[in-house]
Amino acid sequence: MLTHLHADHARPGTRVVHLHRAAEPIARRRLPGTELVLHDYGEPFRLGDVELSLHPAGHVLGSAQLRIVADETWVVTGDFKRDADPTCAPFEPIRCDVLVTEATFGLPVYRWPDVDAELDRLVAWWEQNTAAGRATLVYAYAFGKAQRLLAELARRSDRVERDVFVHGAVAALCDDYRTAGVPLPNVKLVRDEPKRTSWAGRLVLAPPSVRRSPWVRRFGDHETAFVSGWMRVRGARRGRGVDRGFVLSDHADWPALIRTVRDSGARRVLATHGFAGSLARHLREAYALDADVLPTAWEGEAGAERTDDGGEP
Amino acid sequence: MTSTSSTPGLRGLTGLAALHERLEVTSGTTAKTEAVARALREATASDAAWTLFFLSGGRLKRVIGPARLAEHARAALAIEPWLFDECAAAVGDLSETIALLFEHGAGGGELVDGSRAEDGDRDGDGDRDGDEDRHEVRDRDHFESLASWVEALRVLPMLDEETRAARVVVWWRALPFVERLVLTKLLTGELRSGVSRTLVVRAVELVSGVAREVIEHRLTGTFEPSEASWRALVDPSTDALADASRPYPFALASPLDLVPAELGPIDAWIAENKWDGIRAQVVRRSGTTWIWSRGEELVTDRFPDLVRELVALPDGTVLDAELLAWLDGSDAPLPFAELLKRIGRTKLGPKILREVPARLVAYDLLEAQGEDLRESPLVERRARLAELVQTLGSSRVALSPRVEVEASDGVDGWSMLAAHRESSRARGVEGLMLKRADSPYRGGRKRGDWWKWKVDPFTIDAVLIYAQAGHGKRAGLFTDYTFAVWHEGALVSVAKAYTGLDDAEIRELDAWIRRHTVERFGPVRSVEPVHVFELAFEDVRASTRHKSGVAVRFPRIVRWRRDKPAAEADTLAVLQKLARA
Repeated sequence: MLTHLHADHARPGTRVVHLHRAAEPIARRRLPGTELVLHDYGEPFRLGDVELSLHPAGHVLGSAQLRIVADETWVVTGDFKRDADPTCAPFEPIRCDVLVTEATFGLPVYRWPDVDAELDRLVAWWEQNTAAGRATLVYAYAFGKAQRLLAELARRSDRVERDVFVHGAVAALCDDYRTAGVPLPNVKLVRDEPKRTSWAGRLVLAPPSVRRSPWVRRFGDHETAFVSGWMRVRGARRGRGVDRGFVLSDHADWPALIRTVRDSGARRVLATHGFAGSLARHLREAYALDADVLPTAWEGEAGAERTDDGGEP
Repeated sequence: MTSTSSTPGLRGLTGLAALHERLEVTSGTTAKTEAVARALREATASDAAWTLFFLSGGRLKRVIGPARLAEHARAALAIEPWLFDECAAAVGDLSETIALLFEHGAGGGELVDGSRAEDGDRDGDGDRDGDEDRHEVRDRDHFESLASWVEALRVLPMLDEETRAARVVVWWRALPFVERLVLTKLLTGELRSGVSRTLVVRAVELVSGVAREVIEHRLTGTFEPSEASWRALVDPSTDALADASRPYPFALASPLDLVPAELGPIDAWIAENKWDGIRAQVVRRSGTTWIWSRGEELVTDRFPDLVRELVALPDGTVLDAELLAWLDGSDAPLPFAELLKRIGRTKLGPKILREVPARLVAYDLLEAQGEDLRESPLVERRARLAELVQTLGSSRVALSPRVEVEASDGVDGWSMLAAHRESSRARGVEGLMLKRADSPYRGGRKRGDWWKWKVDPFTIDAVLIYAQAGHGKRAGLFTDYTFAVWHEGALVSVAKAYTGLDDAEIRELDAWIRRHTVERFGPVRSVEPVHVFELAFEDVRASTRHKSGVAVRFPRIVRWRRDKPAAEADTLAVLQKLARA
């Protein structure tokens, strides 16, 4: 069962996986040799004695919560967010007995600012750089965040199709999104531009993995930003050595985690990934829920970025 | 803020916060200098004085301790203490943690689980009086200047606990994020803008046209922020020496990172001991004596036994020197820790003055008969200093002797000096100082003329046993490590170290720590005792305050000993032997 295709969840070598239909093109590339069983949201199917169904998680394209119905009902959220995202289906709250929730940002300091205000700030900064004759380099995860940013930028600026350029890793995923019917602006590839082009005024969207690599040298005078929930904390921005941080996450913030637990009506909660310990303990102490940590083999580092969707050029 | 029509720039806390934010996203010295200059130019004289004070690291003393401040925040937010601590560990900065927790997110509300409207009174804070808040917010508008904010903060310690907490919480709720952050940093005294003093001085020069040397001098010692002090600072006609107590900016040495022979002929250099005491300037002017430490703090009252002798100096004298604890008739000074005892005492009784007598070892003469000598060559300054010390004839005031070696048997002077340096520890000094004989006395750290050539540090191999998340740039990463050595089959902690690993190693170790945590004690994790690190430190002494019985000074990580299993780390006996030596 696969909730979504970020590399800390989707590992090659599995024989059969069940997943949402929209994730198919990406799965074909990321999980070669694996048999894919595709489902629609809300369509029940059976495996052995249990009834299963996938439901939108609002994280990235094709991301799903898994609902398992046997003696009791379990829901595994996978990675999810509750904020609006023009590139994927919105999260759907499901009632259950036991909720397995992610807790990447399971601390109350992680509370997202208004999405529109944050995006307006980003566009204003791009305009400032343009006025100063500089290029603008935006680091964002190539799968999900980059597409969401492109769709949101297109709503705010008429310069996107002319002045936004993307890294190859971003472009490949944009194609997958378009195949799945998600409209995205037509942006050009950095690698298709001739050498010695001036990048002043342009905005380049690239995965964080190219940071400090020779790839960025071509842009000349530029400022950099990282777009991620981790940017809520200043030390995280300084630690990455970028000029700006914009707080835009594909994960639930603390209030959204709490709201989701309460919406589910679950009496038992298992938290996993990130600050799972804090979330579980708070649910026990403040809400008297039976809450615990579900250990994971794929624990990301708190404050670390995903390493998956960057590398490939 | 209310009246913006008549002011060109942002006023008071709003202005300081805007500058703080600008510096946060500005890189490059020139751009930062311009940002500071612009803020100072647009500020009122009084705001400029306070901005300067805070930018150069000035702090308000004892407003509210961080623990108390955290308590006020937790109570107002109705957040569990452990959850607050976890947040602080992830953020790595108490003020930022508070500023974030009081932030209204997209969902509105500031209580720990989100919107107040949705959560009702679960958190027990639903009865907040909106009218009162608005009233207090109006009050805030009267704080148009930083001076009035400072006044409001200074009143806090005099209030009863409840009133004080209420006042701070109202500010936290009413102020926008950056102002809330900056105000909290003013309360904790940790407002660091990441700009150097040199940069700030350069900005004042840009604003005023007064030469930076003059500004440096006017700023050295006590600068009491006020409208008048700012006007005096930027006034091209003010006499720079009007304030008689002021020391000169200290000249600092760079660590020697090249082979001494590269410095050229040895006779162009003066070698001295690097004394392990407190660097100080003695200012004798207008019939008064002041002793300034390098941190530009007045320490005159800590050294009555010295002042008694120094009053005999002629008026208009400034010495650069080292303060040491030194028993009469002894060849070497007492350890630095003994000197600290004197500094720490609130009252210096006859017993401590007898057991830990002070001595001043003079390096340099910066002013004689009211004349600034800093531009004359070091050899000349030293010659006049030697005369002065001799005339004074006090057993407690000595000249820092020139360390002289002679080349012989084909061994050159630098090699002889290097050999002499090896015996530093036995002689109770930290190594050697190398100063170019014809160098002027330059304030700040100017590379090339003055070098410190310290003796190589002690090293041991120790095992990582605890880790805690770091601060600032290292927030959210486990970078504060505790190390242990073997003693009777168990590991005893002997040192904490924060520096020495590169970014890749820090990340690798961070990931490892997360996966190999044995136990958690609040923000501290104990880890499997597997990894060995070579630690360097300057000194080791017996200590009753540490469980291990030894205390090391300035420990830092030299390298990760991946080649060494934990069982082969050093034992406590090694440290004990070093402590006795």
